[in-house]
Amino acid sequence: MMEVYLDNNATTMVDPLVFEQMKPFFCETYGNPNSLHRFGAGTHPKMMEALDYLYTGINADDEDDIIITSNATESINTVIKGVWVDEILNGNKNHIVTSEVEHPAVTAACRFLESQGVSITYLPVNENGVIEANTVKENIKDDTALVSIMWANNETGKLFPIEEIGKICKEANVLFHSDATQAIGKVPVDVQKANLDFMSFSAHKFHGPKGVGGTYIKKGVKLTPLLHGGEQMGGKRAGTVDVASMVGMGYAMHLATNEMALAYEDNHVRKLRDRLESAILELPETLVIGGTENRTPNTTLISIRGVEGESMLWDLNQKGIGASTGSACASEDLEANPVMNAFGSDSELAHTGVRFSLSRFNTQEQIDYAIEVIVNAVKRLRNLSSSYAYAPKSHESGL
Amino acid sequence: MAKNDLISGSIWDEYSDQVVNRMNNPQHQGEITEERAKELNAKLIIADFGAESCGDAVRLYWAVDEATDKILESKFKSFGCGTAIASSDVMAELCVGKTVDEAIKITNIDVEKALRDNPDTPAVPPQKMHCSVMAYDVIKKAASQYKGVDMESFEEEEIVCECARVSLATIKEVIKINDLKTVEEITDYTKAGAFCKSCIKPGGHEEKDIYLVDILKDTRASMDEEKLKDAADASASGELTFDKMTLVQRIKAIDSVLDEDIRPMLVMDGGNMEIIDIKENLPHYDLYIRYLGACSGCASGSTGTLYAIESILKQKIDENLRVLPI
Repeated sequence: MMEVYLDNNATTMVDPLVFEQMKPFFCETYGNPNSLHRFGAGTHPKMMEALDYLYTGINADDEDDIIITSNATESINTVIKGVWVDEILNGNKNHIVTSEVEHPAVTAACRFLESQGVSITYLPVNENGVIEANTVKENIKDDTALVSIMWANNETGKLFPIEEIGKICKEANVLFHSDATQAIGKVPVDVQKANLDFMSFSAHKFHGPKGVGGTYIKKGVKLTPLLHGGEQMGGKRAGTVDVASMVGMGYAMHLATNEMALAYEDNHVRKLRDRLESAILELPETLVIGGTENRTPNTTLISIRGVEGESMLWDLNQKGIGASTGSACASEDLEANPVMNAFGSDSELAHTGVRFSLSRFNTQEQIDYAIEVIVNAVKRLRNLSSSYAYAPKSHESGL
Repeated sequence: MAKNDLISGSIWDEYSDQVVNRMNNPQHQGEITEERAKELNAKLIIADFGAESCGDAVRLYWAVDEATDKILESKFKSFGCGTAIASSDVMAELCVGKTVDEAIKITNIDVEKALRDNPDTPAVPPQKMHCSVMAYDVIKKAASQYKGVDMESFEEEEIVCECARVSLATIKEVIKINDLKTVEEITDYTKAGAFCKSCIKPGGHEEKDIYLVDILKDTRASMDEEKLKDAADASASGELTFDKMTLVQRIKAIDSVLDEDIRPMLVMDGGNMEIIDIKENLPHYDLYIRYLGACSGCASGSTGTLYAIESILKQKIDENLRVLPI
C-alpha cells in the first residue's frame, strides 16, 4: 500500500541530508561545546555554520540574537514571560494584544498572565480567517507591552499581514513578536522587513529534528531569560546546547529557505496542493475554509459536507494517508480547535474540516493516489451519513 | 498525572476490534423504504436525533409489526465519528427482534458493552463514551413516534451524566450521605463526569440542563439549610447543645446567661462586659470579651472575676468554653 504523509503542518520528516549533518555529533564529536578541549571545541565550526544558516534564513542582522531553544513553545514562553517581567512587573505596562487563533503556546501563556493580573486582548479573525492590521492598531493602548501575532495559521495556512502590523507596532513604540512556526520554509520570512522585535520558530516544521527551535531577539531589546543556569547562549538561554539538533536545524533552515527551495515550494508544492484541492472541490458541497487567497502554498483546509472529520481521517488512515482534522471529536479532550471556533463553533464546518498539508517530499503520484482514496472515502461516508443522505443534491450526483 | 498519562495515546488505540470492524464495515447501515415496510406488512418509523452542527447526527429506521409491537427490521444512517457509527450499528442490531417496549430498555451502556471484545475492557476511550448516548436517545425517539407519546415519558428519572447514566437523585444522595465537598469526589463515588466530562461544568463538549458544580453547590446549600433548621427545631424544644448551635444562637445563649447570672454582679460594682467574638478552637470555644466601666482596669478582671465568669459559663453552657478578656 502506498503511504502518503499529508500532515506536514503537524510535523515533517527529517530531510535525510539534515540527518547526515547531525550524525557526527552523537558518537564522534560529542564534547560539550563549552569545554576547553578539542572534543568540545570540535563542535564550534558546525555550530557557527548553523548560526550562519539561521541568520541568513530569516535575514537577521549579525548584531541581533538567535537563541537556540528546545522548541517553539519554549521560544514563545521566553518572549511572553520575559516581556511580562521586563515591561509589566518591572515596568508600567499591563496589556498584551494577540489573536484568538494562535498556537496554544501563545494562548495558554497569555491565559497564565491573565491569571496574574495582566490584561490581554484576543483579536478575532475576519470572515476570511485573517487578522486585519487595522484591528491591531485599534487595540493598542498606552499600556500595551507586546503584540503577538502568528505569521501563518496552522489550520488554514492563512498569512497574516505581519509587515503592516510591524509598522504599526514600530509607530506605536510597542514590542512585536511573531510565531513564525508555520511560515518558515513556506514563504519568505524577513525579520527586518517585518520590524520584528522577537520571533519564534521550530525546526521540525521545516524538515529539521524535533526538540529544537529558535528565538529571534532584535539587537538592543531587553529580554529576561526563561531558563536560568549556565552561561550558554550569552546567558540568554541556559542549558547545554543540543549540538546535533542545532546543526540539524541550521542545515534544515538552509535547505528550506534558500531561493531555490522557496521557489520550489511556491511552484511545485503549490501545484500539488492545488491539484489535490481542486479534485476535492469537484465533489459537490465542499469548500475551502477561509478561502483560497493568501495562504501558505502547502496547506488546504476543506469542509466536506456530511463527512465528520474523524471518520474521514479513519478511512484515510486505513489506506495509508495521514491528514488532520480540527473536529472536536478527533481530539483528546473533545475541544474544538480554536481556529474552527473562530469560524463558528456551532457551524458544521467545525466538524467537517479536514486539513491536508504537503511538503517538498510529496510526489504527484502520491497526490493522485490520495485523491482516489479521498473520493472513495467521501462516497462511503456520505452513503453512511444521516445528514447528507437526504440533502437534495446528493440523490442526483450519487455522492 | 502519572506514567500512563504522560504520552497522550491515539484515541484509536483504545477502540475495540468490534468498533474497528463495525466502523469499517457496518452491518446495519442503510434505510428501510416504504415499499420494504409494506412488504413486511409493518409500520415504518424514521427517527432523527442530533444535528450535523453538533458533530453527531443519527437516523434510525424501524419496521414494526403492529400486531405484536415487534421490530422486524432496523437500519441506521449516521453522521459522526467511528464510535458513533459503530454504536449506531450495534444499536440497530440490538433492536431487531425486540418489542418496542423492550427496545426502550436498551441503554448506551448496553451498546458499549456489546462493542467490547472482552467483558472487562471498555470498547472506547472515556471521552468517546458520550457517542454511544445518541444511540440510546434515538431509540427513545423512535419509540415515542411509534407510540405517539412524548420522548421524555420514557425517562423515569433525570439523568445528569449520560455516559455513566447517573441520575440527579443518586448524585444528591451521595453528596449528602458522604458529605462530599468537591466535584472530584462526586466522580470518584458515582463515575458521573468521568467520561466526556460535559456534565461537570458549562463549556464542555455537550450543553447540559444541569451541571455537577451546580448540583454540588445547591445540595451543599440545602444541607446547610437543613442544619440550621435542625438547630432551630432543637432550640425550640430545648434540646440544642452548644456544639450544634449557630453562631447567633451561641451569642444569644451566652448573653442570656450573662444577663441573668453575671452582669447584675458587675453592674453593682459600676462595671459591665460585652462579647466581642466567639472562635472555635476545638475542642475549646474561645469567648473574647471586653470589660466596660469600672471593670476595665480592675485587677480581679484577670483573676477572681474572670474565674467566676468562666465557671458559670462552663456550668450553664458548655464545659469547653474559655473566656479571654482583651
